[in-house]
Amino acid sequence: MERLILNPSPGVTLMRKAYGEALVELGHAREDVVVLSADVQSSDFSCMFEAAFPERFINVGIAEPALVDVAVGLANGGKVPIANTFGFLFATRALEMVRTHLAFSGANVKLAAAYAGLSDSFDGPTHQTIADLAILRSLPNMAVVVPADARAVRRLLPQVAAWNGPVYFRLCRNELPDIFGEDYQPEIGKAVMLMPGQDATIIACGVMVGIALEAARRLAQEGIHARVVEIHTIKPLDTEMVVHCARETGALVTAEEHSIVGGLGGAVAECLGESYPVPLERVGVRDTFTESGPYEDLLRKYGLSSDAIVDATRRAMARKPSAAPIEVQSMCG
Amino acid sequence: MASTNNRVAPAARVYAFGMCHSAEMIADLSRRAYEYRAQVLRMVYGRKSGHIGGAFSIAEILCCLYFHQMRVDPARAEWPDRDRLVFSKGHACAMLYTMLAHRGYFPVEELETFRALDSRLQGHPEPAKTPGIEAAAGPLGHGVAIGVGMALAARMEKSKRRTYVVLGDGELNSGVIWEGAMVAAKYGLDNLTVIVDYNGVQQSGTTQQIMPTEPIAAKWASFNWHVIEIHGHNVAEILTALDTAHEMHGRPVVIIARTTKGKGVSFMENSPAWHGGVPTGEQFQKALAELEEGARQWSA
Repeated sequence: MERLILNPSPGVTLMRKAYGEALVELGHAREDVVVLSADVQSSDFSCMFEAAFPERFINVGIAEPALVDVAVGLANGGKVPIANTFGFLFATRALEMVRTHLAFSGANVKLAAAYAGLSDSFDGPTHQTIADLAILRSLPNMAVVVPADARAVRRLLPQVAAWNGPVYFRLCRNELPDIFGEDYQPEIGKAVMLMPGQDATIIACGVMVGIALEAARRLAQEGIHARVVEIHTIKPLDTEMVVHCARETGALVTAEEHSIVGGLGGAVAECLGESYPVPLERVGVRDTFTESGPYEDLLRKYGLSSDAIVDATRRAMARKPSAAPIEVQSMCG
Repeated sequence: MASTNNRVAPAARVYAFGMCHSAEMIADLSRRAYEYRAQVLRMVYGRKSGHIGGAFSIAEILCCLYFHQMRVDPARAEWPDRDRLVFSKGHACAMLYTMLAHRGYFPVEELETFRALDSRLQGHPEPAKTPGIEAAAGPLGHGVAIGVGMALAARMEKSKRRTYVVLGDGELNSGVIWEGAMVAAKYGLDNLTVIVDYNGVQQSGTTQQIMPTEPIAAKWASFNWHVIEIHGHNVAEILTALDTAHEMHGRPVVIIARTTKGKGVSFMENSPAWHGGVPTGEQFQKALAELEEGARQWSA
């Protein structure tokens, strides 16, 4: 697994810069790609595409509904439009456009959702995006993809462009540890087994993948062998992998930079509930708005930490029918 | 867009784009506008559901677009260089479906299935189901911005295809209309023509009562659009305005078409009650007689 995961991580990369570079590369590979922005191109680094391909870049101003609708028109003309703004603006302000024309009509528009999760940390809860996975996932025909590091962005973006239909591509603003090695070859719709283990499975997406790996290594020191699986595609969910892990490990933990309501944890819970019920603990923002602050401090304060994953794994394992009864404080309710 | 199937030869005459506007052509399109209103009346009466008022106000405009102005080919519904029409006032789609059927996109008999279960003719336009529909509509306000995207795509491809957007006046209340208007002007989209079906009535009253839109021409002009004002039931004026828009360079064009909601039926005209009202049997007969009389006035 050495070339799948880099341990230790050799450094950090600014995800939005990786995105900007990947976008330029995509622009060279595909002439049908058009990039749109609601005047945040210097934030999300789509300005790199603007510099390279000015004739294929459209700035609609601070007008997110028009951003999506203009992209819909471009898709009608055979273009592959990639619309860029902050995640919460797609998920809330422009949602009706997304629902009517992308989800319902199938317009082949890609939404690059910048500054997602808590990553716009200092700007505060008005800008942080913790309900987007739940909202976008509920729409028929939408694909929802969350890369976890710079390499993942580079490898997934061309697939997002090639996907036949609308995609919500959720991006982090900040520097994230490089976690994937050369052998990481993600495929939209397919989960990736990152670390073996039989005692429990930690399923993570985005920034929480690196943190989940850290939690699993800590657990290993205590003799608990937790499997780590990356689910970068929240929809369509790799239900086969979820059920497989439930069957083999008997306890699941989800970890996401999102509310515990309706995102990765919600999707996995729905799958388990219908197919193979086992104890599940969800690590995420616990149904509350957050606050301003440094990114890492914010993640820790709102329970998006390796501590939280370690605790959740212990709780999930203790709830296995075979487990010896121990005192576990429920996180529910 | 759904592919064309069960195609029938168009029964209705198409006057090729570019040909002169003869008196015969003007009379024929005017007469057919009344016949198509009668068709819509039958559809809404048959299903006991639909929107008559806004369908009647747009009849002549759609006639001019589909049977003369727009370069479309039902046999090649997805021809990349076809002209585009975004029918933003989706609730009035009974008239759009009627035009598409008579243009040859699907059998005229299929119009009877309007709004029925399993029909391709949904309550509001759905591109995946209905041949000839370019964009979903129903939630109001989308048309201009979608048209902007279509016009930008055409420009990038150096295609001469044109984009037409049909708006209601009520949906001018919606902010995204003006977002789209700004983007169109910014990019100088002279291959985009917006037609406002300015019938002066929206769901619960006149536009002047509900959300005053005047001075409407000045609004569009101040957004850097070229504005043409016409009588929207006068076929000669519509055809001339569309030609003028076609010749415009460097700016998008809006045609503000003064129309009458419920046009052609005396008791339906200018009444919010007929935005979504369904006629009784007696009203149906009376309306049908008036529309037939309207058509007769244009017969040679």
